[in-house]
Amino acid sequence: MKKADKFVLNAAGRMVPTIVNGRKVIPFMGVNKYWPTHKGAAPHVPTCIDYPADGNKIVETLKEALIKSGLKDGMTISTHHHYRNGDFLANQVFDIAAELGVKNLIWVPSAAFPCHAPIIKHIESGVVHHIEGSLNGPLGDFCSRGKMPGLGYLRSHGGRYRAIADGELHIDIAVMGASASDMTGNANGVMGKHPFGPMAFTKADVKYADRTIVVTDTLIDFPCYPWEIMGNDVDFVVVVDQIGDPDQIVSGTTKITNSPDRLLIAEYCAKFIDAAGILKDGISFQAGAGGTSLAFVHFVKEIMLKKGIKAKCLMGGSTKFLVELLESGLTEYIFEGQAFDLDAIRSLRDNPNHIPIAVFDSYDFHAKGNLARMMDVIVLGSTEVDVTFNANCVSHSDGRMLHGIGGFQNCMIAKCTILAVPSFRDRIPVIKDEVTTLVAPGELVDVIVTERGICINPLRKDLIEATKDSGLPIRDIKDLKKEIDQICGIPAKPKLSDEAVAVVEWIDGTILDTIRKVEK
Amino acid sequence: MAKISTAGNYGKEIRSDCMATLELTKSGGLKIDLISKVKDYFGDQIISLAKEELKFFGIKNAKLKIEDQGALDFVIAARIEAAVKQLIETDQEYLLEIIPQNTDQTAKDRPRRSRLYLPGNTPKLALNAGIYKPDGIILDLEDSVAPDKKFEATILVRNTLRSVNFYGAERMVRINQLPQGLDDLDHIIPQHVNVILVPKCETTDQLKAANNKIAKIKKEKNLNYEVWLIPIIESALGVINSYQIACCENVVGLAIGLEDYTADLGTQRTAEGNESFFARSQIVNSARAAKVQSFDSVFSDVNDMEALKQNVLTSKSLGFDGMGCIHPRQIPVIHANFAPTEKEIEKAKQIVAAFQEAKEKGLGVVSLGSKMIDAPVVKRAQKVLELVSVGGNN
Repeated sequence: MKKADKFVLNAAGRMVPTIVNGRKVIPFMGVNKYWPTHKGAAPHVPTCIDYPADGNKIVETLKEALIKSGLKDGMTISTHHHYRNGDFLANQVFDIAAELGVKNLIWVPSAAFPCHAPIIKHIESGVVHHIEGSLNGPLGDFCSRGKMPGLGYLRSHGGRYRAIADGELHIDIAVMGASASDMTGNANGVMGKHPFGPMAFTKADVKYADRTIVVTDTLIDFPCYPWEIMGNDVDFVVVVDQIGDPDQIVSGTTKITNSPDRLLIAEYCAKFIDAAGILKDGISFQAGAGGTSLAFVHFVKEIMLKKGIKAKCLMGGSTKFLVELLESGLTEYIFEGQAFDLDAIRSLRDNPNHIPIAVFDSYDFHAKGNLARMMDVIVLGSTEVDVTFNANCVSHSDGRMLHGIGGFQNCMIAKCTILAVPSFRDRIPVIKDEVTTLVAPGELVDVIVTERGICINPLRKDLIEATKDSGLPIRDIKDLKKEIDQICGIPAKPKLSDEAVAVVEWIDGTILDTIRKVEK
Repeated sequence: MAKISTAGNYGKEIRSDCMATLELTKSGGLKIDLISKVKDYFGDQIISLAKEELKFFGIKNAKLKIEDQGALDFVIAARIEAAVKQLIETDQEYLLEIIPQNTDQTAKDRPRRSRLYLPGNTPKLALNAGIYKPDGIILDLEDSVAPDKKFEATILVRNTLRSVNFYGAERMVRINQLPQGLDDLDHIIPQHVNVILVPKCETTDQLKAANNKIAKIKKEKNLNYEVWLIPIIESALGVINSYQIACCENVVGLAIGLEDYTADLGTQRTAEGNESFFARSQIVNSARAAKVQSFDSVFSDVNDMEALKQNVLTSKSLGFDGMGCIHPRQIPVIHANFAPTEKEIEKAKQIVAAFQEAKEKGLGVVSLGSKMIDAPVVKRAQKVLELVSVGGNN
């Protein structure tokens, strides 16, 4: 079986395969040009008489649970990433698979992190065939070198939900860590010894997988409530010593940056939405963790206080900075997909206006009230942008995959999407003639904010008109690129082979771009 | 002379800089070993720059190792030159083309509310300094550069003056204390520098020496632009001599440096600043008498913007025209609080309008309401409105 076959030119001008890992796929046809209207996945139908009458589904070990779930060659196994770089579970699953001599598994994490580097040895030994999910850090680098037998398949958070629900991505066994569970598998992420927050990234897995295993390190009396995972969806419960390290959730993402450049970028973002008339009473916006995003929240808060503006709702991943806005009445609600610190976890547990949301509600292309689409403004980072406003967030300019898509594509459909980026990093220009990997089509990127100026997409005549007398440094992106090239010099093009190593899926399920093997 | 030389900085935390290690060899041509995080993109360009530069200095056989963290060409060139000059005697300078923005001159009385100090040997900070729109950027060769890094810093500052766009900020250099600082001028003056800050200035002789040296360099190199001076008064004697110092040729303003001044007094610098009240007032007074500007010392707590604001308001009330700063975030606070208040602007407008009216009517006396207005008051009002037209960047 060829990893990728039958390449065609898609509507974004990229050569993409129409067969990926043996499955037929559709090339990108343009933004809102393709309707995935087929009937969705039909999950397997259980009966209660197959389960213990007393509701006790505890088995001794994860190994036993995997064997009882029917683990065998070629299966698809999913895990979630709520512990981020502190996840202890995924590596254990594949260690056990290796011990049992199982081969050719497909791993479908909702995101992978550097802590998952041990999976590389399982790919090398044939236990894991390929990964469908974000490819970060060492795994991304490994895949970029063409060392994975199957083709990498990159989906956004919303796209992962969609693919599972549409039956394109069938999960055989979902292994879901929970910080607290009872014997029946009613479970959540806010109680127990190592809480991590909401469990948004488990919803599709639990609903559509053939078998679901809940793994916890804190077994509590029945019933465990709130039950973000309901015991009715769970086959087995396993109790282990520790499922993850919550300290790793917060690493580096929850402090406002000290960098004057990033502070300036964040300040420009805040001033821009003020000048554009977006920052007004009842505003809704998303601002995640990360130094620049938090600084953006800080500057928005200053303007809100000065002008007496109150927000309707903020969308997380949240931190104490968003929680402060909620608790001081500057926003009415927080919608929460993932918590980034202990304040966020506490607020989520105790404050009824801090509402957990599923990935489906916030991000899925099928959602009848897609929350990201309802946001007035969303600020995101990016590895590269180009002069037609296309954006890349998965690969560096040398073509190496180093970041997942996360919610990046899903956020593109907000009313105003802003990319906050430095104009160059260590001499490498961020603004290109053409992005190395296309992750978001330019027509959806409304504004690019750098420390040297703000570029508005020519399609957004309304924003251009609204901010023309604002005194902000609004600039033509080509002029800005010229200035950056004068500072940095023109970088040589990366050396990439023709061999495909991964594809990027657009939110509607079509194939947006191909990632090529890095030569060196 | 040494066999192997090094120049520059390299390390995990150091960005936009590089370290050059040079060894002259007898044969084998030029061997360049480049370790760089941007090698895939700029490796060939860096290696050809290095070769060209070594050839420029007449070096045909050498091993050069460049450990790079994304340094721009002007930094790499400066590091190589500093390494070369430790091994061979030469007066030649490897100069990259000066960018057109860096050849403009500045007016003697232009606004100088904020001047941002940058350590002269840390290239990363210079790249984006101009985007924060300080009135002036000071590349410092004095206190922020370690003694063993002074030589390479002069070359880097020289290149910075030619290659980095300061986006309209006045280009300033703080030279070393005299007499060492006089040697710095050889490198700096030919680069269209706008202002030289002379540290620890106590007597007019020091400024005469600086002026003579500058005049000599200008004559030799046939340079015909103005280079202004800002002496920094940092001692009791300097304060006493400040009027004479302010009257020296090319001086555009007096600055005060309070750390050294309070040390000289044998006291501590306090938040209230009573210990420096006399000196600050004396500096303002001397500067005004000599018809030049006066600048307050830096405020060193970069995280306390409220305290900075109070500090600026005090400086303004004492009569200072500006102050130093050490972090870009301090700039908007300084500009906003040196700016005239709305009340001051309104009053100034009324005064200037009354003055115009009196002039048109041919009246000798200007009056506003029942108050007579003297000429200095009109002048001050005009100055306030000038400051308004400069605007803040906030």
